[in-house]
Parts: sequence; structure tokens; C-alpha cells
Amino acid sequence: MRSVRYQTLAGQSGGYWILLAVLAVLVAMGYAAAHYMEVNGHYVTGMSNQIVWGTPHVFAVFLIVAASGALNTASISSVFGKSDYKSLARLSALLSVALLVGGLIVLVLDLGRPERLIVAMTYYNFKSIFAWNIFLYIGFLLVVAIYLWMMFEPRMNKFGKSAGTVAFIWRFVLTTGTGSIFGFLVARQAYDAAIMAPLFIIMSLSFGTAIFLLVLIAAFEWTGRPLDDDILRRLKNLLAIFVSAVLYMTLAYHLTNLYATEHHGVERFILLDGGVYTTMFWLFQVILGGVVPLVILFSPTLSRTRGALIAASILVVIGGLAQVYVIIIGAQAFPLVLFPGMEENSTFFDGAVNSYTPSAPEILLGIGGIALALLIAVVAMRVLPFLPERLGEQPSATSEPVAAEAAAG
Amino acid sequence: MQSTNAKSKMNCQRRKFIGRAGAAAAMLTLAPGVRLVDLALARPADEPASDKVRWGMLVDATKCAQGCTECVDACNEEFGLEGMGRPKTDAQYIRKIDLKDKTTGKRYSLPMLCQHCETAPCVDVCPTGASFRRVDGIVLVDKHICIGCRYCMMACPFKARSFIHENLTNQVPEAPRGKGTVESCTFCVHRVDRDREPACVEACTRAGHEALVFGDMNDPGSGLSQRLRELPNRQIRADLGLNSGVRYHGV
Repeated sequence: MRSVRYQTLAGQSGGYWILLAVLAVLVAMGYAAAHYMEVNGHYVTGMSNQIVWGTPHVFAVFLIVAASGALNTASISSVFGKSDYKSLARLSALLSVALLVGGLIVLVLDLGRPERLIVAMTYYNFKSIFAWNIFLYIGFLLVVAIYLWMMFEPRMNKFGKSAGTVAFIWRFVLTTGTGSIFGFLVARQAYDAAIMAPLFIIMSLSFGTAIFLLVLIAAFEWTGRPLDDDILRRLKNLLAIFVSAVLYMTLAYHLTNLYATEHHGVERFILLDGGVYTTMFWLFQVILGGVVPLVILFSPTLSRTRGALIAASILVVIGGLAQVYVIIIGAQAFPLVLFPGMEENSTFFDGAVNSYTPSAPEILLGIGGIALALLIAVVAMRVLPFLPERLGEQPSATSEPVAAEAAAG
Repeated sequence: MQSTNAKSKMNCQRRKFIGRAGAAAAMLTLAPGVRLVDLALARPADEPASDKVRWGMLVDATKCAQGCTECVDACNEEFGLEGMGRPKTDAQYIRKIDLKDKTTGKRYSLPMLCQHCETAPCVDVCPTGASFRRVDGIVLVDKHICIGCRYCMMACPFKARSFIHENLTNQVPEAPRGKGTVESCTFCVHRVDRDREPACVEACTRAGHEALVFGDMNDPGSGLSQRLRELPNRQIRADLGLNSGVRYHGV
């Protein structure tokens, strides 16, 4: 088996420093937004007693879901023994950690009392899926950190497969937990569905692979590393399968709901007359985030160009954000049904479609989370050798296996 | 102040008198369901709440007047809930819902509040256990360990909870509130623990509607239990099987 030589980013170029600066500014703006929300209270956001989870949660859930999916490339190499992906396993694991941290920070900074994070770590109600998730998230970070250690340390390479397998199982449980945050909510028409867990798992594979592709191409092209189209073709095919599967699971979810009369109201709202949520669903989630990427990825001519692959990945990310927006905010915009068959009216917006407009602080906080994830990745790649020097079949004649991984690992 | 004290002292003596005269006789002479006296005595402050008791409420929608907001006003006053002029973020512990049957056009009016479920979804989902159910059935939020995640608000089928969206001033000592935490109807636990009825119930009775009856669901002799036996009543979202502590008649 060929050995892979890894190299840190040189980190000397002006482009690198500009990228760092831009990301740092976005992170700072996100933190400032969170601080503004905390000092004034949440009334300065678009969130209310009707829409209790808003744009920060869309970004947070998107990032957390994408995090477990970004680990996919590493899992394919370690768990399923596909050596072609092996050299990308470190980047894959790094991205999963970075995305998860970015998402969690957004989630924590949106809390009403973010300074009570220690309370969340010391008081547990074990019937709460949220409490389980605290363990699942922290555990994931630990497991992937150990997995990375096994990959980095030549003497530990032999444990790479075991660590990778634990991480692989952990990520499935983690995304099951994230999906169940919504699946376990019995009160709301759009939730209370077992399909939420598998839907979130397949969403994670799709979003995570798209982000992984984007970061991979950017990292290789910006640092002048040779990138073989063969690995991109494989990842492209994987992405196409995941995007199709997300569409399929979405179809299954809505068909199931459409069969039950009690869910007709919410289905009509999302699919037909929900205004922005209907647009989000059909235009952004299904067409731009699903159908168009599939056309690109399956097209024999288009899919050969790197630009088209980048476009498809960006569309999957946009479609993913739209999907999470519809799942989280669309579901809250539709009123709770307390008295079926009755028109409800109150000063607390009973029976009314709840309005919500994302506010600047919410959006800045969300973008800050994405920037933080990327910042972690960019800095980590500068400090430790996450990236292979090249990606292709022909190993460089001069390369010494600096941190070669054992073939068995 | 003095006259109130004198009045409550007098009330107390009258209560004792009636109690000693015999509960059965007193009950017979009262119109069914009219709850003039409460035979239970307040428990001392150092005695924990008892699981022998389950506090509950009956809402008689046939007596609830359209447009009347006595219960809501009393609650707002009791808890110092001052609107900020922002209806979407202003807290409401109890609200009036007007209903119209889509088929028959019949109209109903009723208050909606925390239903104090036996298996409350808000308690289930709360990550820190801040959302909890007292052994006597009252569902509360421990403001000290609420992190403001709002998962309980996502989980509540009755939209009974409010999040505090801003800094507060002029708080009521009996019911401290804090920005960034979640709150809801407490069944006026601070009153119940002193053997008084919730503010909304008191206001409704004072207004002459008597649409709200509060009491111990576990005590077959309580006014509430009697009314629950007499009147057909239901739970809202009974399909969820939550065994709510608030029951509705006439809707």
C-alpha cells in the first residue's frame, strides 16, 4: 500500500492571513450579536413566545447535523476499509469536530442564560433527550479526538480501525439524538414522528459530504496541492446518493403525514399555503437543494467539471439550511391545535399562523458559528498535518512517509 | 391593612366554626359546587407538600363570559406581569381563548393555562430538571437551574409557557422572575401553600361567574371532586394521555 505524506499549511501567504482575518471578524461579530441578545433579552430578536427557536437554532442544528456527516469520509476508510479515502480521514475527522463545536457554541450562546452552562453540565434529567445529547456531543468530541490521535501517532495506527468504528457508531447515535429532539415532541403537528431520526441521519450524510467536498477542494486548490479527480468522482457519486436519499425520506415523511387527516392542516401549510415556508420547501429545499444538484451530479458532462461539483455542493448546503429552517421554524409557525374542528382566537395568537422575521443578531450569531467552525479547521490545518501533500495515484518520489499510516489501520 | 387582618381573622374563626359544626351539615346546606369555605388548613412552612393531594381545577365554560378577563387581570396583578407593549414576547400565564365551532358556529369562551399534567411533556424534556412537578401535582419551573433553552415551550401542547424576553423591574416578592428563563402558571403555589385559592379563581368568583373551581382532586369530599363527578368534563388534548390537572366542562 502506498504511504501518504501529510503536511501542515504553510500559512505564510497573504491569502491565508486574509482568510483568517475574515473568519475572525465574523466570529467576533457573532459573539457581539450574542452579547447584545443576552444584555437586552431576546425581545431584540425575531423570536417570541410563539417562535421560541429561531435562526440560531437553524444554524446550530445544521452545523451539528453536518458535523456527524463530515466524519463519513473517515468512516469509509477506517470502518469499511476503502483505502482510497484513507488519506482524507484526518481532514474528515477535523471537520466533524470543528462543525460540532461551531454548532454547539451557537446553541449555547442563544440560551436565555448562557452563563449557566455549568448547570447544564451538573444537573441532569435523564428523561430529557437534550440531556442525553449533552453526553452525546461531548462524547463525540472525545471519541473523534482519540480517533485522530490513533491516526496521527504511527504507533497507535493499529487502533485506527477500532477508534474509527466507535466514532462511526457514536455519530449514528448522535444524529439519532438530534433528530429525536424533534421526533419526541408529541405536542406539535409537524413533529412526533419516528422518521425524524433516520431523516436527520441521511441529512447529515448529505450536508456533511457537501461541506467536506467544498473544504477539500478549497484546501487543495488554495495551497496548490494536486487533487486527483478520481477521489472527487467517488465523493460526487456518494453525494448524489445522499441527496437522493434525503429527497426520498422527505417524501416518505410527507406522504405519511398526508395519509392522516389530523396532519392535513400542517401539510397544507408547508406544501401549499405557508408563504415563505412553502417557498423555502419547494424552491430552496427540493428544487435548488435537491433536484438541481442531482441533475448536476448525474450529468455525464457537467459532473466532470470541478466548478459544477462546487456549485452542486453549495446548493446542497443552501438546501440543507432551508430544510432545517422549514423543520424548525415552519413547524412552529403552524399553530398548535388545541381544539380540533374549532376556530381559535386569543391574545396569545392561538389558532393563528405565527409570524417570524429573522433578526440581524440571530443571523450574525449563526454565521459566526459557521465562521468559528472554519476558523478551527483552518488553524488546525496550519498547526498539525491534517492535509496530505497530494491526492492521487502516483506517490511523489521524494516523499518520505512522515506520518505514514499502517495499511492495516 | 388592619381591617384586612381583622377580616381574615374573622374568616378564620368563621371557618373554624363551620368546620366544628360539621362538614357534612355545611356541605348539605350549600348549593352544589359553590365553594364558600375551605376545610383544609394551611400546612406549616417546614412541612413538605404531600402526595396525598393533587391540586386541580375545573373550568366551566358554560359560565365563562365572553369578553370577561377577570381571571387574566387578576393573574397579571398577582405576578406583576406588566405588558411591554410587545404582544409576541409579553408573558401570559392565563389567557382567554374564544372558540367557534366550524360546523355549527357555536361559540365558546374559556381560559387556557398550564394544565398541570401528571406526565408533563415540559418536565420530560427539560435537560436540567428545572421544569418539575411537585408531589401535589403543581408543575413549576426552578428559576435557579433553568438555562433558558425553551425546549419545554416546544414540548408544551398548550402553549402555556412564556420566556422572559427582557430585563424586569418592580417584581412581586412572592413570584420572582428572571430574564432568560421560562415561566408559567404556578397555580398560585404561594397562595395554595397558605390555604388560599389561586388569584384567577378568586377573581372569577368575585365577579360572580364561578366558572373556575379549584381544589384537591384526590379528596372525594372536595368541592372540585364533587363538581367533577357531577359535570361531564374533559381534558384538552386528552389524546396525549397526560392526565391534566385542569378539566373543562361545556366545550
